[in-house]
Amino acid sequence: MTTTEVPPILEARGLVKRYGHVTALAGTDFDLRPGEILAVIGDNGAGKSSLIKCLSGAVVPDEGEILLDGEPVDMRSPLDARAVGIETVYQTLAVSPSLDVADNLFLGREPRAPGVVGTVFRKLDRAKMRQEATRHMSELGILTIQDITQQVESLSGGQRQGVAVARAAAFGSRVIILDEPTAALGVKESAHVLELILRVRDKGLPVILISHNMPQVFEVADRIHIQRLGKRIAVVTPKTHTMNEVVAIMTGATAPGAVAHEQPAIPAGREERK
Amino acid sequence: MSRLFRRLVPAPQGAERGATVVGPERPAGVSTRIHDLLHANATLGPLFVLVLAVVIFSVTADRFLEPGNLSLIVQQVMVVGTLGIAQTLIILTAGIDLSVGAIMVLSSIVMAKLSADQGVPGLLALMIGFGVGTACGLVNGLLVTRLRLPPFIVTLGTLNVFFALNLYYSKSETVRGADMSELLLWTGNTVDVGDTRITYGSLLMLALFLVVAYALKQTAWGRHVYASGDDQEAARLAGVRTDRVLLSVYVVAGLICAVAAWMLIGRIASASPQAGGTANLDSITAVVIGGTSLFGGRGLVVGTLFGALIVGVLRNGLTLSGVDVLWQDFAVGVLIVAAVAIDQWIRRVKA
Amino acid sequence: MMRTDGLGRRASRMVAIGSVYALAAGFAACGGDDAGAGGGGGDDAVMLGLITKTETNPFFVKMKEGANAKADALGVELQSFAGKKDGDNESQVAAVESLISAGAKGFMITPSDSEAIVPALDKARQAGLLVIALDTQTEPPDAADATFATDNFAAGEAIGKWAAGKFEGKDARIAMLDLNADGVSVDVQRDQGFLTGFGVDVGDDTKIGDEEDPRIVGHDVTDGAEEGGRTAMENLLQRDPSLNLVYTINEPAAAGAYEALKAAGKEKDVTIVSVDGGCPGVKNVKSGVIGATSQQYPLKMAEMGVEAISEFARSDAKPEPTAGKDFVDTGVTLITDEPVDGVESEDTAFGLENCWG
Repeated sequence: MTTTEVPPILEARGLVKRYGHVTALAGTDFDLRPGEILAVIGDNGAGKSSLIKCLSGAVVPDEGEILLDGEPVDMRSPLDARAVGIETVYQTLAVSPSLDVADNLFLGREPRAPGVVGTVFRKLDRAKMRQEATRHMSELGILTIQDITQQVESLSGGQRQGVAVARAAAFGSRVIILDEPTAALGVKESAHVLELILRVRDKGLPVILISHNMPQVFEVADRIHIQRLGKRIAVVTPKTHTMNEVVAIMTGATAPGAVAHEQPAIPAGREERK
Repeated sequence: MSRLFRRLVPAPQGAERGATVVGPERPAGVSTRIHDLLHANATLGPLFVLVLAVVIFSVTADRFLEPGNLSLIVQQVMVVGTLGIAQTLIILTAGIDLSVGAIMVLSSIVMAKLSADQGVPGLLALMIGFGVGTACGLVNGLLVTRLRLPPFIVTLGTLNVFFALNLYYSKSETVRGADMSELLLWTGNTVDVGDTRITYGSLLMLALFLVVAYALKQTAWGRHVYASGDDQEAARLAGVRTDRVLLSVYVVAGLICAVAAWMLIGRIASASPQAGGTANLDSITAVVIGGTSLFGGRGLVVGTLFGALIVGVLRNGLTLSGVDVLWQDFAVGVLIVAAVAIDQWIRRVKA
Repeated sequence: MMRTDGLGRRASRMVAIGSVYALAAGFAACGGDDAGAGGGGGDDAVMLGLITKTETNPFFVKMKEGANAKADALGVELQSFAGKKDGDNESQVAAVESLISAGAKGFMITPSDSEAIVPALDKARQAGLLVIALDTQTEPPDAADATFATDNFAAGEAIGKWAAGKFEGKDARIAMLDLNADGVSVDVQRDQGFLTGFGVDVGDDTKIGDEEDPRIVGHDVTDGAEEGGRTAMENLLQRDPSLNLVYTINEPAAAGAYEALKAAGKEKDVTIVSVDGGCPGVKNVKSGVIGATSQQYPLKMAEMGVEAISEFARSDAKPEPTAGKDFVDTGVTLITDEPVDGVESEDTAFGLENCWG
């Protein structure tokens, strides 16, 4: 079986996390390849959220290591993760409802106006913020937001997702983690968000997608990481497995067997982009 | 916002974070249009009320509309207006500060006594007074951010502590203006404007409003203040150092209370430990009537100026019209309830 | 987490029983000690109480100082209490109950609510304590064994008569700066006293504001403080800039009113009168801010109260009211540096010697 060995961009080996008597992660491995959408699925209690929290810096694992581009990283907070380029879009979105789209995009990273006005009076470069925000939005095809100066709370759920994703994608990130992005959305809006995810991937950003929604996973994922009982028990692809088989593995009805750990080659045409 | 407060005032219906109300398209009726207008700019309401009040009183009371009287009203609200700025900052972060009056009085006593009793030069006494106010704000901020105690409870406690310190240091005695440095009384000095006069203190208050309004609108810090109040968790996850922002807000508020102390000395030409009894509530009144939401994240500081002026206009206008004092309190109470009700209505978002 | 198994219950019961034994043993020991402890001959040192409206008003601060000094001089023990603010009746009731159970011989009280405090006072008198009202009478006055107070009506009358003399032959335009909307007795009495002394027909002398005399420009309230005094004066001045006589409920309000007049450039044209006789206020009379003030004597009230209770503890004798009044009048003196014929007064030197605060 010929597989092009592509070094993973984000990797975890032997992660262990305990909360009191409960072991959430019992030696989990993980790898994310450049330029792919990796879906992470698992039943409740499988350790899915603990795994993601370790990768996003929200939680520090008790044992094991995380490697970014082959180098170990030690992340003690979400800000540390952000600093190395791992951006997370949380389920609660983390957008400020009363601020406008541009403000939200630049929250925490606001550019100051040039010259004295900026340094002494600390004035923000509003015009630049608006320009950049418009650019990012249109690059990602979030064209439905007419006015960048609209308050975010007046946007629909799907549009807010768009703002949150745009923020994650905009600032030189290496990896984006999306936590249940379509959970609160209707069919039409979910479709828009999925398109957005594909566009992010096409920009060259690998995406870790946590989801319970099998059809959506099968629609966009390149590979599927199946978490069960604190460990990664299988990595499959939509091409090699059916939805039922995947669900069966996830719930333990079927043993992963020989199908586990088959890493298909990256199809031609999708080169690794930095 | 403290959980205590949430139980007292339930959050507005339908404005849960992230909820969108999708309904059939309704033709934009007048009420909807007003709603949207106010939603976009919550200070229009108070401005309208202010203008309306001025119009009404110019009819019912002689001499109301004279420039002398109007500048008088501004002077009368100068202390509460300044405290209102401090209170606005804190309420924007979904907190509340019950100790602003106590911080103000403590600072005023310290600067006055240092000048009058110890002969400390005016400028130094003033700076030390400012330092005291800032320190009090720091205490509040640390208790809120480090110990994670609800602001309502914290400032309820510090209110009593600062007040006790005030009584201890002053021995309940008033310090007369004649005994203190001229500088401390400067805010009460007047300057001619047209054919009327206005105090330096009022001008200082207006300047402070401008500065704070600018900071809130045009700097990153201001954006972070709004974000921290609107949804603290979201702001934190987005990378805003909410603890630092909150702490800075309390510290700045403490300093502004000390500036209000300077204005108080100018206004009453003395420093009295019994002063400012209703200042806490008056500052909250001005903020609420001015359209700033008690749930945080919404409102403009200029609204507080309108709120303070509305109360000032009401009291002055009713007195000039010969109306009993009882009705002044009644009117203010009605205004507060109306303001909060309107705020609830405005916050309901229709997608 | 609380464990409610049998072992836990048994243990806690044992603790409860044990502590009851300990307490009982303690009481027995105390009882045994009684004969030996305390002063000689079986009667303990006299303890009495002082309950003021607040701790912050200098008037009450001085009262407390005077009481403490007298208590030390007479060798009796004084326990002081205060309400949290004007009108706080509950704290005063609690203080009365504490004094009863602590075995006080009597107490002095400045009632925050003259009517609501009466049941507590009845309880105290039934327990044999001497109850003395200071500064403000109870409602009804005989709910206290005695009242040592200023005759507030007389205080107002004195400054009213002085003002009448000052304004003889001149048109007076009078502004009335009162306390607040509550209509408490001190407010009403001083206000009506002043108007009566000045010569205005007051109609019902238990009500403020029912007068029809055109010389009165208006009433406003001050909360008895500088800020309120200033704002009230400004507003009344706006109503009628020709006013030239200002009655104020107390000296802090007068100080605030003066600032307003000064800001309007009218401080030389307007006469201010007040009541209180505190040291800052007398200084203001001396410097010309206030024309005349009626000085009252809180220290005297407190001292007389302490003396009366000590006397009662010794001989069961109760104090007698001043002739013709139902309280002991601790007196007012008109303090002014511009005396008026026919009106008794003292100058500010006297005022400063006898002032408080």
